[in-house]
Amino acid sequence: MITIRVDNKKLTVKEGTNLLKACLDNDIYIPNLCYVEKMSHPPASCRLCFVEIEGEKHPIPACTVKVTREIVVKTDSPGVRQLQKVALQLLLSVHHLDCRNCEANRKCALQKIAKFLNVGLKSKHLDHFLKEMEIDQRHPFLNYYPNRCVLCGRCIHVCRDRNKQAQLTFANRGFDTVISFFIKPGAPPLQCDACRACIEACPVAAILPKISN
Amino acid sequence: MLPELTAEEKSILDDVKTDLAEISKERSKLIPILQFIQSKINYLPQVAINLVADHLDISPSEVYGVATFYNQFRFNPPGRNPVKVCMGTACHVRGGDIILENFERKLEIKEGETTPDREFSVERVACVGCCALAPVAIMGETVHGHMQPSKVEGLVLRVRIEKEKQEREKQKNEPGK
Ligand code: SF4
Ligand code: SF4
Ligand code: FES
Ligand code: FES
Repeated sequence: MITIRVDNKKLTVKEGTNLLKACLDNDIYIPNLCYVEKMSHPPASCRLCFVEIEGEKHPIPACTVKVTREIVVKTDSPGVRQLQKVALQLLLSVHHLDCRNCEANRKCALQKIAKFLNVGLKSKHLDHFLKEMEIDQRHPFLNYYPNRCVLCGRCIHVCRDRNKQAQLTFANRGFDTVISFFIKPGAPPLQCDACRACIEACPVAAILPKISN
Repeated sequence: MLPELTAEEKSILDDVKTDLAEISKERSKLIPILQFIQSKINYLPQVAINLVADHLDISPSEVYGVATFYNQFRFNPPGRNPVKVCMGTACHVRGGDIILENFERKLEIKEGETTPDREFSVERVACVGCCALAPVAIMGETVHGHMQPSKVEGLVLRVRIEKEKQEREKQKNEPGK
């Protein structure tokens, strides 16, 4: 066991514990979107879970830190908050904001993080870009909403975890990046309808079952 | 949506299958294999994605995800008259996107796609080096400068009329033979 200090709170954790998880488990909230428990290589792609660690020059994404020594962590320094706000605003600048008609309303990670960081959901000083396609309905069981997706990759991760091979993938690049899939024509029907891991893992409502029940 | 495979393409793909057997099954071979297939058949048809996935024992989605990341891979066969619309800075400023949109509307396909009869394909390219003529489109080997919507109409029409003429002549000649 190792004792670390987070915002003046003492936590005793097992060696090798993920720092983000250690904090979350001890009621110290750090905004995060892309981390899934037990990930062996967190992608650290959402850039939200930054913390400052004493002795380190720059803020570090907490999801990439394994606790191996006694460290002193700050989760709420002005520098950290600034990074988080910008990351969130960038996400919102490519997000179709329509909470009232969105299935995620009230249980949405974006709403929660925006509230926590005291950032408005409407992006003001950034240009707003949306993708042309509002819903991708090609999948037999799922509908995908590119303009809601935060590209955290959780859906791909949990799909691979549960089904050995991921049936979902990132496709394209840059602003055009989306979650996509490729189904063998004539292949046996996918197990998606019974699995639904991606739907449960999505922090917004970017993947939904075709028939909601 | 996708044009169907031609008999020739099918036989090329059969050869590809044999060739694949010689290539090891490491994940690192994914991109070289995709390049190999595209060099043989000029694009990556859906069956090719599956072939590669089966060979490397990964999901077709994963192959597709990697392939779409790179501009060098295309998923539609090049048309007999490939249209390239310049989106370089000069052409962009002079309304290149309007020209692209006109081609897309006229041909009823999107950028990156091919008409079902394989007569046309449309793609966007970066500066082709004759900015003074902006906006520029290239059809086949011919550069068309100072493009306008009416010119788009004209170009497409000319190809279609030419094709009709050829077909009529073929019909005329065939029964006589
Ligand atoms: S995903 Fe969240 S922020 Fe976006 S529209 Fe839905 S509820 Fe609102
Ligand atoms: S669909 Fe949902 S889980 Fe998947 S990348 Fe988008 S936001 Fe993340
Ligand atoms: S949760 Fe750490 S970067 Fe996304
Ligand atoms: S930008 Fe189109 S030719 Fe240079």
